[in-house]
Order: sequence, then C-alpha cells, then structure tokens
Amino acid sequence: MTQRKLGRGVAIVGAGMSKFGAFPDKTSRDLFVEAFKEMRASIDKGFDPEIIETLYLGNYSSDLFEKQGHTAPIMADAVGLTPRPATRVEDACASGGVALRLGVLAVASGMYDVVLVGGVERMTKLPTAEVTDTLGSAGDTLYETPAGFTFPGFYAAMATAYMHRYGMTPEHLMSVAIKNHANGALNPKAQFGVSIPDWMEQRVQAALKKGKPAPTWKSISDFLHDDAANPMIAYPLRLFDCSPITDGAACLLLVAAERAREFTDQPIHIIGVGQASDAALHYRADLTTLRAARVAVQDAYAMAGVTARDIRIAEVHDCFTIAEVIATEDMEFFAPGTGFKMAQEGVTARDGAKPINTSGGLKSKGHPVGASGVAQTIEIWKQMRGEAGARQVKGDIPLALTHNVGGTGQTAVVHIYERKG
Amino acid sequence: MTEIAFTTAAFNQFLAEHKLMASRCVECGALALPPRAICVACHGDRLEWVEMVGKGKLAAFTWIYVGPTFMNAEGFSRTNPYCTGIVELDEGVKISARLLGVDPKNPGAIKIGTPMTVEFLERGAGEEKRTFLAFRAE
Ligand SMILES: [Zn+2]
Repeated sequence: MTQRKLGRGVAIVGAGMSKFGAFPDKTSRDLFVEAFKEMRASIDKGFDPEIIETLYLGNYSSDLFEKQGHTAPIMADAVGLTPRPATRVEDACASGGVALRLGVLAVASGMYDVVLVGGVERMTKLPTAEVTDTLGSAGDTLYETPAGFTFPGFYAAMATAYMHRYGMTPEHLMSVAIKNHANGALNPKAQFGVSIPDWMEQRVQAALKKGKPAPTWKSISDFLHDDAANPMIAYPLRLFDCSPITDGAACLLLVAAERAREFTDQPIHIIGVGQASDAALHYRADLTTLRAARVAVQDAYAMAGVTARDIRIAEVHDCFTIAEVIATEDMEFFAPGTGFKMAQEGVTARDGAKPINTSGGLKSKGHPVGASGVAQTIEIWKQMRGEAGARQVKGDIPLALTHNVGGTGQTAVVHIYERKG
Repeated sequence: MTEIAFTTAAFNQFLAEHKLMASRCVECGALALPPRAICVACHGDRLEWVEMVGKGKLAAFTWIYVGPTFMNAEGFSRTNPYCTGIVELDEGVKISARLLGVDPKNPGAIKIGTPMTVEFLERGAGEEKRTFLAFRAE
C-alpha cells in the first residue's frame, strides 16, 4: 500500500446545517442558504465570505429529484460566490464525503487557502416510487436493476448473507435503530428526533385523539414486530431499519491549517483521508463487508498514523441498520461478525466504549443523500468542540472518524479528525 | 464466438436465446459474469464467450415489499412481494437474478446455500418483449 500524505495541513473552522426533514416549500437553494448562514455564524472570530476561493458541492441527483441540473453554480450564486469555481460532486450517497475530500485536497495542494464544502439534496418532492427508482439507479442499472433490486433490497441481501454466516437475527438490527433514535431525540436538527418509546406513545395518543382503538404494544420489540406500525420494506429490513427520505443541506469552511487561528481558537484538523471504489455487489467475493470501506479506512489510518483503537467516536453511514453493523467492523472497531453483538450490548451507545452516530445517524437525523457526508462531519465538529448539548459525549475527544458510503459500497470515503491543543 | 462484442446487448440477446453467457479471459483464464470487455484480473482484452451450465447455490436474497415502478407494473406490491437475490454458480461466479419457487408467506424460510437452477422469464410482447434472468430453488 502506498503511503499517501497531504501537502499541508487542513482545518475546519466553521460548520452549519439546515434543519433536516420534509419541507414542501423549501427548494435546494433555500436549504443551502440556511446551512451557509449557520456555518457563517459558527466562525468564532467572524469572517468575510469574500475570502472563499472555491466551492465543492455534494449532490446526488437534483436532476431527478427536482428537475434541476448544474447545481453547483446555482448554490454558489445563492450565497454570493460567483465567479469563483463551483464544482458538483456525484458519488451517490457518498457525494458529500467525496466533496469534502476534494476540498481537503484543494487546500492541501496549496492552490487554495479557503474552501467552502457543501452538500444538498431535496428528495421529498418526488413520489416515493420514483424516489425508489432514483436511489436504485446508484446500483448497476444494466445487471442489478432487471433482477428487481431496490436500494433497501441490496442491503437486505447483505443482511441475509451476514445473518447466515454469523447468526445475527433481525432483532439485533433493531437495537441499532433504538440506539440511533435515542441519540436523534437529543438532536434538534434531526428529521425523526424522537426515541422509539416516545414514538410509540405519540401513536397511542394520536389514535385516542381520533377516537380509534389505541395500539396495545407491550414492549419496543412488540412495536418493532408489528407489520402495521413497522412494515417490511425488503426482508429482513423493516421501515425502522431504513433511513428516511429527507430534504437538507450542510456546509463546512476549510482553511489551510497555518491560517486556522485567524478564524477560531478551536479548529478541527483533518489528518487522514481515504477513498476507494468497488464493483457491483454480485462481483464481490464477500457480501458481509464493504471492501471499498476497508481500503479507504486503511489509507486514512496510515496517513493519520493512528489505529481504530485511537478513535474515540465515529459517525458511520447507517443508511440501513445492517450498514452500521458492517461499518463498525469495516472501520476495524470490532472483529468481523461481532458488530451486531456490540450494538446489542451498548458498546456503541452514547455512553458506551465506542459511541457510534451520536447525531442519530442517517436513520434518525435523516438522509438527504448529497448532504449526509458533510453533515456527519458537523456532528464530529460539535462533539470535538464540546458543543453537542444534551448528546455531548463525556470526556475528551482527541480523535474521531467519519465513514460515508455511496450505493452498495461502490464508493467509500473516510476522514479522520484531530483536535490539537 | 469471439466475434460477438462483450456488451450488455449481446448478453441480453443470449438471454433471449435462453443462454446464460459469461466472458473468459484468453490471457489468464479469469471468468466474469456479468461479462466484461476488459479482464479485471490481468487487464487483458482478448476474451471469449462461455455458456454457464445454470446450476448454483443461493448466496443472498431479499423479499421486496416496496418495489421500483417497473416491478409494480408487473403487479407486485406490499401485499404481493417478490424475491430477488444473488446466486453463486458452480463455475464460481455470481449474478443478480429474480428467485422463483420460494414462499412469500414465509419469507425467512429460504436458506442461503439452497441449490438453484436457471430459468428464463419472458415479459412483454412485440417490441417490448424482454427476457429476464431467474433461478428456481430446487
Ligand atoms: Zn485476464
């Protein structure tokens, strides 16, 4: 493996995101402006947007979701950045993470000192069947789509292979959803910022209010096995195993590390980056791991000079509950075939030894695909600076990681963050 | 048969003739299914078509309850799900395909490793006619 290094240090000095959710009256532009304004307000020592030199924007499919192509210059113009270069990045659900990587490379190359990285997706305007088609097109439309595969279907198939090999059950997956909703309940930006017990209580109250018979679930497990409340989407994955369809945007300001103190006394440094690609699912030797994620993280660890043990918290790409289980193994936090036990035993909970997805993850926070990779970094930024409020992890967080995946793992991108001093 | 280009159109034409065809690298012998025009094992571009016997084992599966528009048009729905998955052929390569001979009332009953045999599904008529790859559980 080639040991790669950045040409110079890169730091994050500002971060902001829109509320995630379903907003019939907000276009991508509105969401991006909302994220940009929060990013601008987050810069401790203030800054003049005039010094931004270029934009990298993660966006999967504004073309199909809202019939608007050529999204990067539109977003750049909306926040007053033209005539600066504006580049859209499309790597499916990893678009945001790859936009961040390109921003890091642009600063590390010495070409730019100040780079805006963004991500945006407006998904809820399209009917669900067409959203299913659009997300499915991140797979191989020539050889996978004709078999009837959907996006949840790909991960469901990985889940059946994993269950067979390691003895996991659908109930183990439910523990991931329960944890991420508990975290998301403490995140004011989350789309479904409510714990599953509170969700159940809301359903009971709603039924009573309408004068209908109230559901009689005896436990969370009872609720999660209810075909009406938690319908099957792609066996063995039910609704609560799947991230939602979301509108949202996120922004980061990257600067050359040597200039970081002009903006804040608490910059977050990016010390490791890794990205990899892979073929369609049926070409892969092992269906229970994402090779691209393993290659990406090995590159990132090597560049940063750290190991999985050193990472205090991580935001991983939980588009589906099974994806979080596999991610925690691919990032080398846990041995292959043990990730689901760690989730069930609370190791990945906010107060566990390896907190995963303290933001609520894509599952509860929402998954506006092109923005998700950028929004993961915002959670890391907040946690490392001690600004995560009610969901703040206890103790020092010197090192953290984000893992963002496109499609079924045809793209994976990993970043490692350090809080210096 | 080496004169037929290694394209999706050729693969689909073979399906219409009820043949499941892979590509094999003349340089290193690596087999590829779906077929490839360039060998990813050695980067060679001298390939040949080889027909698969059509027997294999189930490697992964799912039942789709919320399908894409073209499957919904075939009559599948939340109350009429379909099964799809990945089959590993005896020749050692894998392919995505629709799965038949499985019970929608008991979605967890089918087991990874179940022996599977190829079938060719004809859908549509006239210009719209198309052959889809499927495997039936034995
Ligand atoms: Zn070869």
